Amino acid sequence: MAEISRRGFLKGSLAAGTALGAGLGFPNILRAQDTVKIGVLHSLSGTMAISEVSLRDVVLMAVEEINAKGGVMGKKIAPVVVDPASNWDLFAEKAKQLLLQEKVAVVFGCWTSVSRKSVLPVFENNNGLLFYPVQYEGEECSKNVFYTGATPNQQLIPGAEYLMSKEGGSYKKFYLLGTDYVFPRTANKILRAFLVAKGVPAANIEEEYTPFNHQDYQTIVGKIKRFSSGGGACVLSTINGDSNVPFYKEFGNQGLRSENAPIMAYSVAEDELRGMDTSALVGHLAAWNYFQSVENANNKKFVQAFKAYAKKANLPGGDKRVTDDPMEAAYFGVYIWKQAVEKAKSFDVDPVRKAVYGQTFAAPSGTIKMHEYNHHTYRPVLIGEIMKDGQFKIISRVKGTGPNGTVEPEPWSKYTSPDKGCDWVKHQGTYQKKA
Amino acid sequence: MRYRLVALLSLLAWLAAPAAGHAAPPPQSPEIVRALADLAGDDADKREAAVTVIGQTRDPKWIRFLGALRDGSVYARSKAGATELVIGGTKATRGDQDVIDIASAYEQEPLGAVALTDLKEVPTDRRLRLAIKPFLDADETRAQLADSDPAVRQGAAVKLGNQADLAAVPTIEEALKKETDRWVRHALTEALGLIRLAHGKGDERTDAARTLGEIHSAAARDALGRLAGDPTASPAEREAATHAIRRLQRWSLLTTTVETLFQGASLASILLLMALGLAIVFGLMGVINMAHGELMALGAYATFVVQNWFRAALPDRLDLYFVAALPISFLVAAAVGLVMERGVIRFLYGRPLETLLLTWGASLIIQQGLRLWFGAANVDVASPSWLSGGYPVMVGVTLPYNRVFIICLATVSVAATYWLLFQSSAGLRIRAVTQNRAMSSCLGVRAGVVDATTFAFGAGLAGLAGCALTQIGNVGPSLGQNYIVDSFMVVVTGGVGKLAGTILAAAGLGGLTKGIEPTLGAVFGKVAILVGVILFLQRRPAGLFATRGRNAEA
Repeated sequence: MAEISRRGFLKGSLAAGTALGAGLGFPNILRAQDTVKIGVLHSLSGTMAISEVSLRDVVLMAVEEINAKGGVMGKKIAPVVVDPASNWDLFAEKAKQLLLQEKVAVVFGCWTSVSRKSVLPVFENNNGLLFYPVQYEGEECSKNVFYTGATPNQQLIPGAEYLMSKEGGSYKKFYLLGTDYVFPRTANKILRAFLVAKGVPAANIEEEYTPFNHQDYQTIVGKIKRFSSGGGACVLSTINGDSNVPFYKEFGNQGLRSENAPIMAYSVAEDELRGMDTSALVGHLAAWNYFQSVENANNKKFVQAFKAYAKKANLPGGDKRVTDDPMEAAYFGVYIWKQAVEKAKSFDVDPVRKAVYGQTFAAPSGTIKMHEYNHHTYRPVLIGEIMKDGQFKIISRVKGTGPNGTVEPEPWSKYTSPDKGCDWVKHQGTYQKKA
Repeated sequence: MRYRLVALLSLLAWLAAPAAGHAAPPPQSPEIVRALADLAGDDADKREAAVTVIGQTRDPKWIRFLGALRDGSVYARSKAGATELVIGGTKATRGDQDVIDIASAYEQEPLGAVALTDLKEVPTDRRLRLAIKPFLDADETRAQLADSDPAVRQGAAVKLGNQADLAAVPTIEEALKKETDRWVRHALTEALGLIRLAHGKGDERTDAARTLGEIHSAAARDALGRLAGDPTASPAEREAATHAIRRLQRWSLLTTTVETLFQGASLASILLLMALGLAIVFGLMGVINMAHGELMALGAYATFVVQNWFRAALPDRLDLYFVAALPISFLVAAAVGLVMERGVIRFLYGRPLETLLLTWGASLIIQQGLRLWFGAANVDVASPSWLSGGYPVMVGVTLPYNRVFIICLATVSVAATYWLLFQSSAGLRIRAVTQNRAMSSCLGVRAGVVDATTFAFGAGLAGLAGCALTQIGNVGPSLGQNYIVDSFMVVVTGGVGKLAGTILAAAGLGGLTKGIEPTLGAVFGKVAILVGVILFLQRRPAGLFATRGRNAEA
């Protein structure tokens, strides 16, 4: 009978629809065998977008490089990029989405400490894996996070130590100036403890905070001027992004000069200097683990590759884009994960985590090494001087005790928490050291 | 006493005196030859001593050699059985060999290119660099004292004073003889006083203390304090020091007062400039313009664009871009304001909530437009050289040019606004429409045109404020949001509709902020000001100058 039954028609169209759906709508299910998903959790809008977009770019570049060479264990990496929009609650929500819905093998993300603290319970409860690429205040030791940025003893302390040294100018008075939030507050707590331990009298340390987006630095610069008269005074600055230009401008305009009262900045890197009139900043200092001006073949390749990538992907700024410390840390984080997966021969979090311990990688800043048990990274420590073109001239390199002159990470600063340690091999994370 | 010091000084004179005019040791004296040989060796102590021997020649050519050594471009090569040190230049690849241009160590005469494999680099470690540094520094300081820029000379003089190194005295005296700039002379005199205070004895020190007090040297405060409490010093010295400290304290009180007053005036002028346009639009027309901040941002971006034009077209007149940017930023913002008014706002007069939402929407559109066009990152607007730096009015007080300029600009803007509103016929029409729209229309005033020009003028003032703000803060798409709250605070505190109120409120808020900031800090200062404004508005809901009588709206 040529009559088409209603049921038959329904069945047929349903089957066709499913086939169509599978073919067009759900290609990932079909190709799931040869790809592995990773999450990228950086703010692409809102106040932090200025800094975090570059981290997304560099992570995607690393993924592209790895995929071009055959991927990880024969699987191509499929990045899932989400936008937590500089909103701390949204960070947790998006992290949950990445771990539970997308089921990604690893997440690269976060910038501010607030956002990291917000996603921490998500990663710990669901046993996820996060690579966090920014220098931070320490005092954290999570099983589910690898910290590829600097700990306080890899940036804060060496910066102050340099200024105290004969080479750095033997400065004796310290003005600790920061934006009012968690990183500068904790950083200055550690710096103060360090300075006091080194015999700097409390009268020679001044501490001050400004609100976010603060623009009027007249009063503070006036104070610094009085503080520094008589010489031997310097500024240790954790001022965040935007406020730096007004601060440095006022500093220069009121007649203070870097030769006599240098500013050591802990939050100013090449990427921030892109949108700045740098003339007022020239000659001041910064402490980081990587500068674009590091001279070695790996870095040359990295810088060129990123410029080419930015141009090719049509990113704003094109080949005028620069690289900086958090970008480098985000970049080698991807490779560390790849190596760990290959060593563990698995994408599961627990074996990968164990395989990360002690991994080394020839990063742009030099050969770095993941710590054997504390989830942080051995990194070189550099002091740079800001130049007119927004780049840094490297003027000192700290001689560390780690491999290749790197400095061993200390998540718990020995100046503020001498009794605490971080160990995921012999202990369960943070532990009390025996006296 | 003085003679003993002079004798001591002449003993040390070789340390700081320029090489010219003194009998420099022959470049290849036996000590130097031995030092060079030591440098090429491995013994760290000997190498350090060798640097000292070479540096103490004070010979500019040897100092340059030390500079090359610090940069790691000194190489050793064997020549006729002996080791010779050379300075390496540019590297190149010739065939399969890396070659390098070399020059002799002392004369720096080019010796041609040699293969890199024939040379051995003379390594510099941190210890060696530390040994080299004082020699290069002394050399650099001397060069800086002869620099053509007074700021550089002053910086070098301040540094010498802070180091208080006895060896620097002849250099300073030499520089003082030639110096004509008042502030560099001050810094040099101060440096000399500080050195004498640190190293002199008896009368020398008394004199130094007195001089430092007379020139109001804040840098000498700690040293004077030490001298005043030094039991081994003579009563005359202690007396002089105590007297000088009292003088300094009085002076410091004076400078702090002057500084705070200026800072208050500067902040007030910025607030005023930002709020002026808002006061006109809000006060006269009753439109709560939430896009006021974005109009400022437009003015700032206009400045950026003008700067880029000048950079491309007139690079040698770059300093003048700001002069051109002032009217252009006014016009750009005024044009956008005109479009806004004619396009939408005019349909919503008398409906404050709707205009509030509308202008807020407009602010979002402008903001996002700026973000799309110029990118999310801040853009760089350079200060022209005539707005960088500051004018030292007295010892310890420097008034930054950019802030002085903004104070002038605010004054001119207020004067112009007053003239426009109260002296010109256009102002008469504006006031007429404000007071009684229907009656003025009857009398032939074209209310629509008046509305449009008033709104455009207010928007233009916002653009002008944005242009001025580029010299102080950042230029980014969210610039407007950073300032809008402050602008509204000034207008509301001053009393809606009264220009005098706005001026007084700006002055009051600016002065108050700067008055309490030194003691409370920036964060709590801001909190205190906001609490103060809230309490004030509780007492006087209509602000400083309330509109009274028939014109007062409900």
